Amino acid sequence: MFRQTDRHFKFDWVTIILFLILVVFGWMNILSASHTGITIDYTNFSQPYGRQLIFIGLTLILIIFILSIDAKFYERFASLIFIVSMLSLVGLFLFGKNVNGATSWYGIGGMTLQPSEFAKAATALAVAKYISDLNTDIRTFKDQIRIFIIIIIPAFLILLQNDAGSTLVYASFFFVLYREGLPKIYLTLALALVAISILALKFGPIITSVLAIVVIITNYIIQKKKPVILQPILTVLACVVIAFGIKFFYQNILQPHQQDRISLWLRLEKDPQKIAQMRRDILYNLYESEKAISSGGITGRGFLEGTRTTGKFVPEQHTDYIFSTVGEEWGFLGSVFVVIVFVLLMLRVLKLAELQKSQFSRVYGYSVASILFFHFMINIGMVMGLIPTIGIPLPFFSYGGSGLWGFTILLFIFIKLDSNRINEW
Amino acid sequence: MRQILLFISIIFVGLLFIARLFFLQVYQDNSNNLYEDNAIRKVYDYPKRGFVYDRNGKLLVSNQPSYDVMVIPREVKPLDTLEFCSLLKIDKEQFITTYKKAYTYSPRLPYVFLPQLSKEDYAVLQEKMRKFEGFYIQKRSLRNYETTIGANVLGDIGEVNQRIMNKNPYYKMGDLIGMQGIEASYETTLRGVKGIKFIQKDRFNRNIGPYKKGKFDTLPESGKDIKTTIDATLQAYGEILMANKRGGIIAIEPSTGEILSMVAAPTYNPNLLVGRDRSKNFTKLYNDSIAKPLFNRSLQGVYNPGSPFKLMNALVALQEGVISTDEKVTCYAGYKFGNRFMKCHCRNGTRNDMVHGIQESCNAYFATIYRRILDKPENASIGINVWSDHVKSFGLGNFLNNDLYVGQKGRIPNRDYYKGIYPKTFYSTYTISNAIGQGEVATTPIQLANMIAAIANRGYYFTPHIIKEIKDETLDLNFTTPKYTTIDKQHFEPVIEGMLNVYKYGTAKYLQIPDIDICGKTGTVENFVKIDSVKTQLTDHSIFVAFAPKNNPKIAIAVFVENGYFGSRFAGKIASLMIEKYIKGSITRKDLENFVLNHSLEDEYAKPYSGVPFKINRETKLQTIPIEEVNKLKEQLTKLEY
Repeated sequence: MFRQTDRHFKFDWVTIILFLILVVFGWMNILSASHTGITIDYTNFSQPYGRQLIFIGLTLILIIFILSIDAKFYERFASLIFIVSMLSLVGLFLFGKNVNGATSWYGIGGMTLQPSEFAKAATALAVAKYISDLNTDIRTFKDQIRIFIIIIIPAFLILLQNDAGSTLVYASFFFVLYREGLPKIYLTLALALVAISILALKFGPIITSVLAIVVIITNYIIQKKKPVILQPILTVLACVVIAFGIKFFYQNILQPHQQDRISLWLRLEKDPQKIAQMRRDILYNLYESEKAISSGGITGRGFLEGTRTTGKFVPEQHTDYIFSTVGEEWGFLGSVFVVIVFVLLMLRVLKLAELQKSQFSRVYGYSVASILFFHFMINIGMVMGLIPTIGIPLPFFSYGGSGLWGFTILLFIFIKLDSNRINEW
Repeated sequence: MRQILLFISIIFVGLLFIARLFFLQVYQDNSNNLYEDNAIRKVYDYPKRGFVYDRNGKLLVSNQPSYDVMVIPREVKPLDTLEFCSLLKIDKEQFITTYKKAYTYSPRLPYVFLPQLSKEDYAVLQEKMRKFEGFYIQKRSLRNYETTIGANVLGDIGEVNQRIMNKNPYYKMGDLIGMQGIEASYETTLRGVKGIKFIQKDRFNRNIGPYKKGKFDTLPESGKDIKTTIDATLQAYGEILMANKRGGIIAIEPSTGEILSMVAAPTYNPNLLVGRDRSKNFTKLYNDSIAKPLFNRSLQGVYNPGSPFKLMNALVALQEGVISTDEKVTCYAGYKFGNRFMKCHCRNGTRNDMVHGIQESCNAYFATIYRRILDKPENASIGINVWSDHVKSFGLGNFLNNDLYVGQKGRIPNRDYYKGIYPKTFYSTYTISNAIGQGEVATTPIQLANMIAAIANRGYYFTPHIIKEIKDETLDLNFTTPKYTTIDKQHFEPVIEGMLNVYKYGTAKYLQIPDIDICGKTGTVENFVKIDSVKTQLTDHSIFVAFAPKNNPKIAIAVFVENGYFGSRFAGKIASLMIEKYIKGSITRKDLENFVLNHSLEDEYAKPYSGVPFKINRETKLQTIPIEEVNKLKEQLTKLEY
C-alpha cells in the first residue's frame, strides 16, 4: 500500500515499521534491565541504555547511507566486501581484544567493534553473488564445494576466536542452498546427522548403531527398486562411524561447560544431586531467566517494575538474556507480541525474497530471513530453556552496537535491493 | 517443498515459543505475590503486644524487651572467639556447634545464635558488637507477667512452628504467637498487625532501595489492651487454697456470665514460660504426666458430677410434672429396683419431700424421680431423650463455645448413646446411676459452675467468658445474650430452697458464712483407676457447687478437689471461703481457711503409684503440712488483702 511511484516510498515500509518496533521495544527493555537507580538519566552514556541510544542514533544515519547507495553496488562489490570482511576477521588474531574469553573485538578509542556481526551480511552477499552467477549450478558437486568453502571460511575464523554461538549461525545458509536447488540428500543427511547425534548421546553409540542398521535394512527390503547392495552397507557404516564419532567428540573435544550444557539438555546425568549442582553452577542464568519469565504471568509486572529485572537477578540480561525482561515486565501478552513481530518480519522478508526477479536479490533476501530465523530460534529458545545455552544476541533487541549495526546492514541492504526490483536492469 | 521449508520452520518455531511461554507464564502456578517474591526483602516491624488487665484494672501482663544475638554465617569474619564466648557466657564447643547449625540452616539467612540475652549481658555486649562482623543484636519483645498467678488463665506466647506458618501465612519464622489461655484466644486482638517494608534486592542479596518507593509498605498497628473478667485477688486466693491439692475452681458472675476466677491446680508460675528457659521449663511441665500442671482441670477435667447433678434431676422432674414439691418419697436406707439395691445414708423409713431430698441428698428420692421422668412417655427410650434435652439446655454435654482456649464436651447420654450397650430393650432402671450423678453423666467444673449460674438466675445463663472489655470493640453477642433453659422459672424456687437448706441444716451446715445466704450442694464422687489392669477404687472426689447470695446472686461457683473425699471436707470449705472473699473481701471463717491450708492430699495422689496396697476414704488419715509451709502460704495471703 505504501508502494508508490515516488522514489521515497518504494521501500517496503512494512519491514521498516516492524524493524522500528523491535528496535524501540528492545531499547525499552535494555533500559529496564540496566537502569540501576530510582532516577533514569538518558544522557548517562556510561550505562547501557544511554549508550544504546547513541547506537540507535548512529543506526539511523547508517540506514540513510545504505539506502542512498545504488542497489547495483552491492552486487557488483559483493566479493570485495566479503574479502574485506574476512580480512577484518583475520585481523582479530593480531589486534583483537579479548572479552570474556572470546577474541572477537577491535578496540577503537572507547568503543569496541565486533567484525563477526558484519561478516554475516558479507557472507550473505558473497553466497548470493556466487549462486546467481550464470555459470554456477548448485546441483553440481564442484559448485556445492565452492559455496561450502565460502560459508566455512567465516565460520571457521569465528570458531577460532572462541565464539561457538556465532559460528553456528552459518548453518542457517543451509535453508538458502536448499531453496536454490541443493539435492534433497543433503536435507536427509542433515536430519539423519542430528538424529544420530542425539540418539548416540542419549542412548549410547551401540544402541544407536543397532537402530540405524534395523532402519536401513527394513528400508532396503521394502524398497521396490533395489539399489546396489553396497549403498546400504556404506550407509550403515557411516551411521556407526558418526554415532561413535559424536560420542568421542562429546567426551574429548567439547569443553566441560559445553558438555554440561548438553548433558543437562538431554538429561544425561542421572544423579539428582549432581543435576542440582550443575543447575546451580552452569545453568544459573537459565534458572534465573526462566524464573523471571514465569514471574511475569499473563500481563507482566509492568514497564520498569520487574523485581527480578531491577534486582539484576539474570546475568547478561541486557544482552543475550534480554527476552527474559520482556517476559517479566510485559508478561505473556508482551512476549507473544515480540514473537509475532519477529515471525511477521521474517515472513515478510521471505515473501519479498520470493518476489525478487533477480536471483541475487532473492538469494540475499533468503539469507537475511534464514540468519534472522537462526538468531531468533537459538536466542529465545535458549532463554526459555528449550535448547542448550548458546550465546548469541536477539536481533535488534539485545544491547550492543556491532550487533545492531550488523543486523541493520543485513536487513537494509535487502530493503534497498527490493526497492530496486521494479526498475530491474 | 523447497520454497516452504523455511516458511514452515518459522511458523513452527513461533508456535513452539508461544506454547512454551504459555506453559511458563500462564499454566505454571506463579503468583505475583510480593510476599513470595525472593527478589523482594520483607522487613517486619513488630507492634507492641496488648496488655492484659484484671476486672478491676490491675495490670497482669505487660511486655519486656529481650535481645537475641543473630548471625549471618556468610558475613562472619575471623574473630576473637574467646572474647566473644566469654561475653555471651558460652563455651567454645557451643559456639562451634551453633555456628555449624546456623550454616546448615542457611549461609545467607539470619539465624538466632543465642536467644534472649539479659539486659546486663546486652549492655556489655552491645559496645563490643562492632568487632564481630556477621553478628548483630535483634531486639524482641517478650511477655512480662506482673503476677505469679493465673498461669492457665493467662497462658503464654511462643515461637510459631511450621504447622502454624502453613496454616496462617501471617506468621513468619521467629514470630511469636499465643500458645495457651488468653494469649491464644485473643491472639489477633493482642498482637495487633505487624508493619512491613518491601525492599528491592539484587542477586547478591544486597538491598537496593525501597520497592516502588515504599508504595506498599505498611505501618504496624498496635495490639489492643484487654480487660479480663478475672478478679486477680480472688484468683490468687483460690490458687493458694488449692495448694497441695488437685482440681479446679470456677467462679462465675451469674448476671453476666463473667468468669471471676478459674483455678486449676496444680499450677505454675507463668514467668517460667518466658525467655530463654521457656522450652526447658515447658518440657518439664509437659512431661509431668502425674500432676499434669498444663492440664486445665477446671476446663478439661471431665468427671462424674455426683450429687450436684441431683439438682438437675429435680428441675427436670418438676418441669415434666412427675412429682410435686410436697410429695414425700420413702427411703429404705436405699432404693430397691428389681433385685438390685442402691444404698443411701438416710435412716430406713425416712420420708423426704423435694427440699429435704436435696438437703439430705437422698439417693432413693432421686432414683424415684429419675425413673418417673424416663417412664413418663410410653417407654424409657423416649423418656431418656426428653431428659437429655432438658439437661443439655443448661450447657452440659457440649462445648460451651466460649473464648477459652481449651474445653471438653463432657457427656449427657441419650438413647443413641446407649444403643451400643442396650440395642433392644431399654428400661429406666438400666441407667439409674444417672439419677445421682454417677454412671454415664460426666461434666467439667466449668459446666457445673454454669449450671449453678443458670439455677441462680432462675432459668437462664450467659455463656461463661473471660473477656470483659476490649477498647473500641463491642463484645461478642454470644456473651451478652441470655440463653434460656427448658425449665420454667417457678420450678427453680423449691430447688433453691433445698440448696439453702443444705447450708442451713444439711451436708454443709458447718460451712455457713455469717450474713450471706449461700445455696449449695455437696458431692462425693466415687472414682476408679486401673492399677496393673485391676480396677481399683480411689478416695472419692470432693465436689461442691454453690451460689450466693440467694437473692440477687453475685457469684456461682463449682469446686472440684480430686480424691478429697466427701464434698464438705475440702470442696465445700473452699467454696464458702471463695464466696466470702468475693462478697465481703475478708475472711471471718479463719477456721475453714486454716483447715484447707493445713492439709495436703499429696499422699493421696501418690497412692496409686506406690505399688503397695492402700486404704481409701474413711480409713485414710489426713496429711498435714509442716508449719513452715503453711506460714509461707499465709504470708502470701497477707499480700492479697485489698
